[in-house]
Amino acid sequence: MSEVLVVIDHAEGEVKKPTYELLTIARRLGEPSAVFFGSPEQGDAVAEKVKKYGAAKVYVIDDAQIKGFLVAPKAEALQQLAEKVSPAAVLLPSTFENKEVAGRLAIKLGSGLITDAVDVDESGTTTQSVFAGNYTVQAKVTHGTPIITVKPNSAAPEEAEGAGAVEAFAATISDAAKGAQIVATQPRQSTGRPELTEAAIVVSGGRGTGGDFAPVEGFADSLGAAVGASRAAVDSGWMPHAFQVGQTGKTVSPQLYVANGISGAIQHRAGMQTSKTIVAVNKDPEAPIFELVDFGVVGDLHTVLPAATEKITERKG
Amino acid sequence: MNIVVCVKYVPDATADRKFEDDFTVDRVGVDGLLSELDEYAVEQALQFREKREGEEITVTALTVGPEKAVDAVRKALQMGADSGVHVVDDAIAGSDYLGTSLVLAKAIEKIKADTGADLVVCGMASTDASGSVVPAMLAERLAMPQVTLASVVESQGDQVRIKRDNEGSTEVVGATLPIVLSVTDQSGEARYPSFKGIMAAKKKPLETWSLTDLGLDADQVGLSVAYTQVEDTTARPPRTAGEVVTDEDGSGAGALVEFLASKKFI
Repeated sequence: MSEVLVVIDHAEGEVKKPTYELLTIARRLGEPSAVFFGSPEQGDAVAEKVKKYGAAKVYVIDDAQIKGFLVAPKAEALQQLAEKVSPAAVLLPSTFENKEVAGRLAIKLGSGLITDAVDVDESGTTTQSVFAGNYTVQAKVTHGTPIITVKPNSAAPEEAEGAGAVEAFAATISDAAKGAQIVATQPRQSTGRPELTEAAIVVSGGRGTGGDFAPVEGFADSLGAAVGASRAAVDSGWMPHAFQVGQTGKTVSPQLYVANGISGAIQHRAGMQTSKTIVAVNKDPEAPIFELVDFGVVGDLHTVLPAATEKITERKG
Repeated sequence: MNIVVCVKYVPDATADRKFEDDFTVDRVGVDGLLSELDEYAVEQALQFREKREGEEITVTALTVGPEKAVDAVRKALQMGADSGVHVVDDAIAGSDYLGTSLVLAKAIEKIKADTGADLVVCGMASTDASGSVVPAMLAERLAMPQVTLASVVESQGDQVRIKRDNEGSTEVVGATLPIVLSVTDQSGEARYPSFKGIMAAKKKPLETWSLTDLGLDADQVGLSVAYTQVEDTTARPPRTAGEVVTDEDGSGAGALVEFLASKKFI
């Protein structure tokens, strides 16, 4: 069975959930080989984790020559690996960085590229959600090695024991790939809440919060949810851009999305319309968000949310 | 010095966007405009020029697209770009990322040969395909450093530094011109064209190039040679509006919690 390369999404060796989703999807196309960019010391620990989801091999690429520069070195390393193993496909978690890596890799390999897939079937046909979630598109790479970036929450991770054989891969990075230097990195402070794009439940706040996110955060915590924000809330400086849900922020597709004080402009819809269940709380009964909801409350989030939070906490005892 | 800013003509996101029978985006039957996210790119290009007042710096706006796509270049000229290039050729229709980035790169190389291309500026994504990959692909094709997804752009002479928000971190990235730069909607509000700017734009040079002008053949780009194929497009059934209750004396919170419990979220 031919290899399918799966690029591991991780922070300092801590493997993120979309990696397991991708390994699950990769098994439909062939035998998954995970690709780890990181320090070789972490390789074995990472291999132990990804083999539980079917990784037969784990290529460890020492990122000492890679991590100091933007995007280009990773694309070079993947090109060299792909030329060596001739994979059936290359799958990457759909982060901004990985999409850029995939774009450069597509040119290097002369291969077709599909971004932001929400599903990939056995034949390699992908499903994408486009035009703010108003259309789904089925597409396929018809030339070269399919390179596909896949969004979080596109598959339920299924365990399957793989061999997890660790293999160091030495990539040669050209000077030309070192043109954009990363001079400083500031890790984002953890909020203690789930990652926005990976969370099963997302609770967001918008203009209607008036800048007070405490009710939104309290409600989110009672549900174990991630916190999001509309562009209006971010532009007002109430929340950092990393929390923005919408066209120019994160696209989320959780089981439950709760929009509070958010009118539902196209820019926001584009980021949340494919959520399974949508709930809204808004003072304005005419807000377009109510056209999307499975359940809505016309009311002030500053009274509705704290009361709901209290009831949920009571229920949990 | 010449700055090339890539701009895209896209179907209006607030209009009823749809696909043609061959599954390509309907770029003619739906009202279009300069992609909002490219306005930030034009803005940063203009600011770069203004910051180095006294030097001879020009800004060329470049688009690839059907006849009407020239509107995107016109808007950039109205905002303050000095000249425009519109690459239009029926054979380009239906190009995927590979084809689009090839045409853009060839056009930039031609501009470079004529007036230079010391800085290429792009928006973070188009508002139609939302891929965010073309700037990286241009950097690859043009063999220029890639400095992308900037939320803050700073420059000193030929040194450019940006702030880039990644999924889990914020990075500061530095490079020396020539580079490909892409900027996000956080990079700074885009200016509106002034009346003077609108009038002046009418007299600015605007060239129209075909594939032949770029040294490309019709069989190198377009739908028929795309490396990806769309098999189907389906309009998502509109979400049926569910129950909406009005909060009276705290009833809203109770109803909300009941709903969440019925769906097993609690």
